[in-house]
Amino acid sequence: MSTLLWLALPYIALTSFLVGHVWRYRHDQFGWTTRSSQMYESRLLRLGSPLFHFGLLAVIGGHVMGLMIPKSWTEFVGISDGTYHLVSVTAGTAAGTATVAGLAILLYRRFTVSAVRKATTRGDKVMYALLAAAILTGMVNTVGENLIGGGYDYRATVSVWFRGLFTFSAQPDVMTGIPLSFQVHNVIVLVLLGIWPYTRLVHVFSAPLGYLVRPYVVYRSRDPKRPDANRYARAWGDQHE
Amino acid sequence: MRVMAQLAMVMNLDKCIGCHTCSVTCKQAWTNRGGVEYAWFNNVETRPGQGYPRQYQDQEKWKGGWELNKRGKLTLRTGSRLKRLLNIFANPDMPTVADYYEPWTYDYQNLLSAPPSDTTPTAKPKSSITGEDTKVTWGANWDDDLGGGPEQIGKDPVLGKLSEQVKLEFEQTFMFYLPRICEHCLNPSCAASCPSGAIYKRAEDGIVLVDQDKCRGWRQCVTGCPYKKIYFNHKTGKAEKCTFCYPRVEVGIPTVCSETCVGRLRYIGVLLYDADKVGEAASVKDDKDLYPAQLDVFLNPHDPRVVAEAERAGISGEWIEAAQNSPVYRLIVDYQLALPLHPEYRTMPMVWYVPPLSPVVDVLSETGHDGEEVGNLFGAIDALRIPVEYLAELFTAGDVGPVRASLQRLAAMRAHMRQVNLGEDVDDSIAASVRLAPGEIESMYRLLAIAKYEDRYVIPAGAGSDAHRLEALTTGCSLDGDGGPGMTAFDVMTEKFQLTDTNGAAPPDKTKRINLLDWDGVNTSGLFPGSGSSGNGSSGNGSAGAGAAHEPEAIG
Repeated sequence: MSTLLWLALPYIALTSFLVGHVWRYRHDQFGWTTRSSQMYESRLLRLGSPLFHFGLLAVIGGHVMGLMIPKSWTEFVGISDGTYHLVSVTAGTAAGTATVAGLAILLYRRFTVSAVRKATTRGDKVMYALLAAAILTGMVNTVGENLIGGGYDYRATVSVWFRGLFTFSAQPDVMTGIPLSFQVHNVIVLVLLGIWPYTRLVHVFSAPLGYLVRPYVVYRSRDPKRPDANRYARAWGDQHE
Repeated sequence: MRVMAQLAMVMNLDKCIGCHTCSVTCKQAWTNRGGVEYAWFNNVETRPGQGYPRQYQDQEKWKGGWELNKRGKLTLRTGSRLKRLLNIFANPDMPTVADYYEPWTYDYQNLLSAPPSDTTPTAKPKSSITGEDTKVTWGANWDDDLGGGPEQIGKDPVLGKLSEQVKLEFEQTFMFYLPRICEHCLNPSCAASCPSGAIYKRAEDGIVLVDQDKCRGWRQCVTGCPYKKIYFNHKTGKAEKCTFCYPRVEVGIPTVCSETCVGRLRYIGVLLYDADKVGEAASVKDDKDLYPAQLDVFLNPHDPRVVAEAERAGISGEWIEAAQNSPVYRLIVDYQLALPLHPEYRTMPMVWYVPPLSPVVDVLSETGHDGEEVGNLFGAIDALRIPVEYLAELFTAGDVGPVRASLQRLAAMRAHMRQVNLGEDVDDSIAASVRLAPGEIESMYRLLAIAKYEDRYVIPAGAGSDAHRLEALTTGCSLDGDGGPGMTAFDVMTEKFQLTDTNGAAPPDKTKRINLLDWDGVNTSGLFPGSGSSGNGSSGNGSAGAGAAHEPEAIG
C-alpha cells in the first residue's frame, strides 16, 4: 500500500504531468487558453481572481522553499527551527487565507452567475473539486497542525521523500508515519498534478513573462515557403519599433 | 527610409445609407459561430449615438490606445507592461458582454409546439449565452437613426466634448452613419498590449491578425484597442478580429463588406509608408498635429527615390504599381478629402473617412435654399458650426480646419459638376477657390460619384511579394500528366467527353471521324477525309505518304 501511494502514484502523476503537457502543447495549441469568463461577469472576478492568484503564487513559493531546500541548508545559514517555523506558519497562513477567500468568491461566482455556470465543463468541475480539496487540506495542515496544534516538522519527512523522487531514492515507508491530514493533502495534490495538463490549468505554463522584454508591435511575414516549421518561433523574429 | 506597404480603406460617408448590408454579410462570412454571437467585425453606427460597444469612445473609462507619459514617451493608456501583467488575473478596464449587448434568439419552436390555447403562442426571446429567457434591452445598433431619442443619444461621448448649445442643436438637426471595421493601424495598441505576442501585423500588407494558436486568452487586447474592434470569443477563449478578409484580398478581390456595399462607398488600395517615421509621428505632442503627422508618414509612390527604396525593401513591381494607382492615396493625400478616425488615439489608423456633406445640404434644402449653389454651401459650412465641430471631434482631434477644407472641396465638386451637367457656363473660380483645377475636380468626381468597381478597388492580385513565385508554381507543376493532380481543366474535359467517336453513332465507313463539337483543337487525325476509301484518316494518310515516297523512284 505504501509503495502504491508513495512510489507508484507520484511517478504516474509526474509522468502524466510531463508527458501530458508536451503532448498537449504539440497537438492542442488552439485549446491552450485560460478560458476566461470575464466577458460574462467582471465585478466579482476583479475581487476574487487577484486574491486567489496572488495568494496561490505565494503558496507555491512557500512550497518550493519548504520542499526543495533541505533543512541542513537553512540550519547552515543560521536559521533556527523556531524561526523557520514562525515565518512559514505566518506567511503560509496569510497566503492561504487569501487563496481560500479568493477561491470562495470565485466558486460562489461560478455557481451563482448563470452564464459562468453554463460555461463550466465537467472537466472543470473535477478540477475545481480537486483544487479546492488540495487547498483546504493544505490549510488544515498549516493552520490546524502547525499554528494551533503542536506543529509538525514535515521538512524531516515529506520534503526528504519528495526530493528522493527526483533522485530515484524515495523511501515510501517514511510517509506512512506522517499525520493523516498531510497524507490526504499529498495524495490529492498528486492526483491534481496527474490531470493538470488535461484541464485549463495549463495556462499556468503560458505565463507571458516575455512580454516584459518584447518589442511592442510584432511583425510577421506571410511566409508560404514554410507554413509549419518554426511557426511559433517566427513571431519573435523580424520585428521593429 | 524603410518602405512598407499597407492595404488601406477609405469610406465615403456621404454615400452611406445605413442599410447594414456590410455588417450582415460580414457576420455571415466571419462571426456566425458560437462564442462570437455578440461580435460584429463590421458595424454601422448612427452619429450622434453611443456606438458599439456603448460609449467605446470614452477612453477615460476604457483606457484604449496610446498616450504620452510625463516624459513625452508613447505608452499604452492602460499602463506600463508591468502593470498589464499585474492586472492579468482580472482586467480592470474590460467591457463585459452587457456593454456590447446580450445576444439573443427566439424560441421559434414554441410557435409550432404550443398546445391549443385562447391566445396566439409567442416566440420568447432567449439569451444566446445562458439559453434562459431574457429581456431585449440593447443591441449593436439600438440607437439606429437616433432611436431612443435625446435620452440615449445624449450619452454620445463625442457630443460630450461639444458645447451645450451645439450639442442640443446637433441632436435635433443632424444624423449620419459611420460604418466601422478594424483600423489595421500602423501603430496597433492591441498588438502592443498582447502579452503572448499573438497579435501581429503582416509585413507584406499591414493586415493585423490574431494567431489563434498563440492566443492564450489574457484579453488585454480588448482593452488596448480604442476602437473596441477586438472581440473575445467566450467559447474558445481566444481573441478574434476583422481580418480585412485576407483570403479574398490575397487573390485580388475586395473584402466582403466592400464587395457587398450597396452605396459603393468603400475604396481599397495600397499605401506606401515610411516605417521608420511611425513612432515619431505617433508621439507628436499636440493631438491636433497627429493627422498631418500621419499624412507625412505616407510616401509618394510616384517619387523615383521612393520606388527605388520600395524595390530595395522587396516590394514587388505589381505592388508599387498598385500604390501608384491607389484610389486611397488619391483620396487621402492628393485631394486630402479623407480623414482618419480618432487620430488622438495615436494608433495611426488606416481606415479613413470622407466626411459627409449631406447634413449641410439637407439643412439648406429644408430651409428653402438651393443646396447645391456654391455660395450657399460655403456659407453654410461656416455658419453651421455644429456638423463641422462634431466631425472634427471624430476625425481630427477637434481641429476644424481640415474638416472644413474637405467639406469645401466636396461642396465645390457639387457646384462645379452641376454647371457641367446642366450645360451652364462653368465658373472656373469655384475649383480655384478650393485650390483644384477643373480637370482635377472632374476626376475627383469620377472617383467619388461614378466610382467604377475597378477604380474603387486596386488590389494587387496575389497580395504578397511572393505572388509571382506562387504563380509559377501553379502554372508549371511537375505533377502535370495523365490523371495527375496537375491535369488542366481541358484534360479533364477531354477525358470526360470522350473526344473520339466511340459511341458507334457514326456511319460505318467513318467510325474514326472526329465530331467537330468534341474536337480538342490539337489532334488532326480523323479531321480530314483520307485518300483511301476506308475512311480511316490515319491509315489513309499513311498510304498516301507511302505512295508519294515511291514516286521519285518510279520516275528515276
